[in-house]
Amino acid sequence: MTEIPESLLRRSAEAKAKALGIPVEQVLAEMRGEVPTAPAASPPVQDVSREVPAAEQPEPVVSRESEVASSEPEPEESRKAEAGSAEPEVEAEQEAPTAAVATAVMEPEVAPAPPSGNGSGNGKQAAVVSPRPVAPPTGLPEGVRTQRLLTVVKARAIQQVKAEPTDKVNTWPHLMIAELTALMAVTALLLVMSAVLQAPLLDPANPNATPNPSKAPWYFLGLQELLSYFDPQIAGVTVPTLVGMIGFMAVPFVDRNPSTRPSDRKFAIMLYTFFMAGAATLTIFGVLFRGRGFNFAYPWQDGIFFDDIKDWVFFEE
Amino acid sequence: MADGLRGRAIEKARELNDRLRGSQVMESILRPGSPFKKGYADTPRNRSYVVMNNVLYHLHPVKVKRHGVKLSYTLCLGGLSFFLFILLTITGIFLMFYYTPTENRAYVDIQALSTSVAFGSLVRNMHRWGAHLMVLSVFLHMSRVFYHGAYKPPREFNWVVGVVLLLLTLLLSFSGYLLPWDQLAYWAVTVGSNMAGFVPVMGAQVKFLLLASVEVSAATLLRFYVLHVLFFPFVIVIFMAVHFWRVRKDGGVSGPL
Repeated sequence: MTEIPESLLRRSAEAKAKALGIPVEQVLAEMRGEVPTAPAASPPVQDVSREVPAAEQPEPVVSRESEVASSEPEPEESRKAEAGSAEPEVEAEQEAPTAAVATAVMEPEVAPAPPSGNGSGNGKQAAVVSPRPVAPPTGLPEGVRTQRLLTVVKARAIQQVKAEPTDKVNTWPHLMIAELTALMAVTALLLVMSAVLQAPLLDPANPNATPNPSKAPWYFLGLQELLSYFDPQIAGVTVPTLVGMIGFMAVPFVDRNPSTRPSDRKFAIMLYTFFMAGAATLTIFGVLFRGRGFNFAYPWQDGIFFDDIKDWVFFEE
Repeated sequence: MADGLRGRAIEKARELNDRLRGSQVMESILRPGSPFKKGYADTPRNRSYVVMNNVLYHLHPVKVKRHGVKLSYTLCLGGLSFFLFILLTITGIFLMFYYTPTENRAYVDIQALSTSVAFGSLVRNMHRWGAHLMVLSVFLHMSRVFYHGAYKPPREFNWVVGVVLLLLTLLLSFSGYLLPWDQLAYWAVTVGSNMAGFVPVMGAQVKFLLLASVEVSAATLLRFYVLHVLFFPFVIVIFMAVHFWRVRKDGGVSGPL
């Protein structure tokens, strides 16, 4: 059995003593098992009073009323009787109107009586533990309440699960198989690509021989394209740093719309698509449609001026 | 007779396999639930262990939403970017063995990859195309995230980290662009760094910082080399660690878990 903290034990003993009108020390002693617990002294009567059920109630819920009234202790008998009664409350009202509510009288000296047959009438009378005050019990001190309402609990679970149950699958194998497949597919793609397409290697670097046209790496070619339209201070720096870096980083803080449904965020999607399409157009234009002197050129007429793919397409020559 | 021999050989092989997989060494290497462990059974508990009892737990939760697993939803783009980074690291280390970042040697070394290094050309091609592919996949990953609105709370910060990762990817690619030291490399970097020269007020200084000289030179080659093989990978790994951590914590594939 687990150890009950002293403070809790003390608190419950105080409550019990208050309810039963006996000294705390006595209850404590009983709880610790120092004093042989008389069946009468066991649980606080009024707390269990509602569910005095019967067969599975091991501890006697015994009204002291019988003892008080008849001054003839028969705890064991009364317990027996009570165990036998299916609906003690009803019976209590019907058959024993006078025998009323459990009182807080303690009789620790009550010895367990030998089990004797019936005494059911008396027992039922004794077993009365009514949830409702039936009649003012005789011999009760003024102001002693024999029961009280602890709380009203609504009929639902104490823990409320707020998360909706979601349809989940194990990462292994469901996700990881897909991932491994993707990895292998990309590896295969890259291997085939590398076996077929040769990476460019032009003449050694020569600072004195500027190629015509000179192009940046493809991911900067959109910028280079912009540079050919606008003042370099605007296109070369302001656009990429402001729009590219700060603008993109600020996206989640600017777009405060909490919805992730495409139909709710038409403007955001439109704006992003517009920027991306613009960047793609500029890049493609810079890659394919810019010839000598970075002038406009048709790739199918003038050839492709993009040396990254020099060794895999041969429109010229 | 032959059949019996074959049967016995198979029996022996199986026995040996069991003994190896059940040995103390393998037991110590494999944590509980590993599919390589002796007597692995495909149970729900072991399926959880495969992820949970493993370094994989840094990347994946034990369970994911069913719709997030669909290939059409994520296209695996983030994972592929990471995988390409690993491939680029491996091929890059290979290339480092044969490359000298000096004006006289750089071009010759790249040429020698095709002529006198086993698989040199293939590995170089993989490195180059893989780099382009990574720029592309990072970009597409960003677009996928945007279209799903996956940057919304609580994942705003991870989007910011992701933008930094995109920039670092571009910088990695750009710094590697110079290393072959051919006309393409030289002039592409010249054009690219000229753009940096247009920074208002301190354009010349920024350009000088980038190139280590007024124009692309031997000093630039060394600078780009160090940036490419050490500095940018170092920085990007740190940001990737944060990125993946936040994916796990804020929710990755298909929303917070």
